[in-house]
Amino acid sequence: MNVAAIDAAAALPLRDPDARRRLGGALLAIVLLWPLLQLAEFRPAALLDASNLRVIGNFLAGFLPPATDAEFLGLLVRATLETLAIATAGITLALFLAAPLAVVATRALSVSAIGPGPGRWRGQALRAACRAILTVLRAIPEIVWALMFVRVLGLGPAAGVLALAITYGGMLGKVYTEILESTDTRPARALLAAGSGRLAALAYGLVPNAAQELTSYTVYRWECAVRASVIMGFVGAGGLGQLMDQSMKMLNGGEASSILLVFLLLVLLADAISAVLRRALA
Amino acid sequence: MKSGDDTCPPAGPADFCLSCLLGGAALLLAIVASFAWLDIDFTALATRESAAAMGDFVASFFPPDLAPDFLRKVALGSVQTFAVAAVGTLLAAALGMLVALPAAGRLGAPARALARFALNLLRSVPELVWATLMVLAAGLGPFAGTLALMLHTIGVLGRLFAEAIENAPPAPESSLREAGGGGTVAFVYGTLPLVWPQVIAYSLYRLEMNIRMAAVLGFVGAGGLGQMLYFHLSIFQQAQAATVLMAMLLLVLVVDSLSHLVRGRLAG
Repeated sequence: MNVAAIDAAAALPLRDPDARRRLGGALLAIVLLWPLLQLAEFRPAALLDASNLRVIGNFLAGFLPPATDAEFLGLLVRATLETLAIATAGITLALFLAAPLAVVATRALSVSAIGPGPGRWRGQALRAACRAILTVLRAIPEIVWALMFVRVLGLGPAAGVLALAITYGGMLGKVYTEILESTDTRPARALLAAGSGRLAALAYGLVPNAAQELTSYTVYRWECAVRASVIMGFVGAGGLGQLMDQSMKMLNGGEASSILLVFLLLVLLADAISAVLRRALA
Repeated sequence: MKSGDDTCPPAGPADFCLSCLLGGAALLLAIVASFAWLDIDFTALATRESAAAMGDFVASFFPPDLAPDFLRKVALGSVQTFAVAAVGTLLAAALGMLVALPAAGRLGAPARALARFALNLLRSVPELVWATLMVLAAGLGPFAGTLALMLHTIGVLGRLFAEAIENAPPAPESSLREAGGGGTVAFVYGTLPLVWPQVIAYSLYRLEMNIRMAAVLGFVGAGGLGQMLYFHLSIFQQAQAATVLMAMLLLVLVVDSLSHLVRGRLAG
């Protein structure tokens, strides 16, 4: 290529060969986005509204310094322990719900899968029913369950524990089923083919291979449950969330910032505990 | 149990494991302590009266309110929930990309540390807490929910985008730079096309989670189906609440099957 050709190429205006398609795409996106923005009542001007600015400004100004009086700190410690207790108790109850359902629902313990046997359809129907129960249990978010339980049981941790038990029972059950099916099922099949019962095949054929993965997932779920139990407090299910909701409704910035700090520390702590436990199991 | 073992280890005292025993005891203690601390009277839950109260409460949800007027309201609430999630996710993806550039180390080490810290902070505050704050900042309504979802999602997507940018092969961008392209052009035509599929996949995945979240953000006054559910439950209109619950379930199921479809297509 000679110098003249390079100069000629440089003189050409840069243009994107795909410009027309990109422009069309952008226009289409705006046309689709407009009704969505309307529906979401997207009005950034509301952020600059004088009365809103005053409310949030005063609230945020109260964040510093965080509240540290002895009485409030006592409340905070109790709420933190309550949050941890809700998560632990909820996961324990969820385990009692999940483990039996998972054992019934898993295909790894199917006798008829080894060879065509009697009762094949019955077994399949039973497993499908258990799977459906697990799906229903986890389909509704835990905070919705908590909201309903608060209506029946009143404010307090009982609603949170039951809500966690139901949703996390469904999640744990589904994942346990999948873990049992994805490990090496040959030992269990051999046991079943040799005529052992299902529980014996589970205990000696499946659990030794899957135990580490099962425990590790349960610990991870406990970590999620700590977060969830804080969130559920916002609808009155006890713990840190309830305290935070009260402080925010009273626009007490100092208390809110203390609670937020404790919450962040708690999440970090749960993260660390869960990581250590899971590394110890690996 | 190791898979390579030919001989079985001897059973008996060799299987004794002190740390397992102590760990198990600690776990049991934690569980017992939790139940003791909460002091929930489970026997009171199992009495005939409370079972009857529970039964009455459940029965009051049926039949759901299916009047055309109310159904229209619920449909509007569902669409609003979707709009909140879609707008929040879109804004978060755009802003997350902007923060991801410094977080990927494009503007030097101090900017990287600062951007990472900001993303961590945004991510560790849950959506619902952001929503209570945004209700104060922007007033009641779906706009507060949009902002709350956006703030949390910036933290999540920004970190994922930053990692995608850091892991992208550097050759296309550096060859554009060496051929004389500017920094922006080199990034847009060299690196962006490489990370684009990941950006789309992460954003869609987040959209799916945000739709579920948008449905419950209304509990603190941030619009959509959640606000309707909270409202009707607090004035003891369970029939209406049942309709809203059904709409929530339907929304989640539709989103689940759509995302399954899209993911299958993206993978294939």
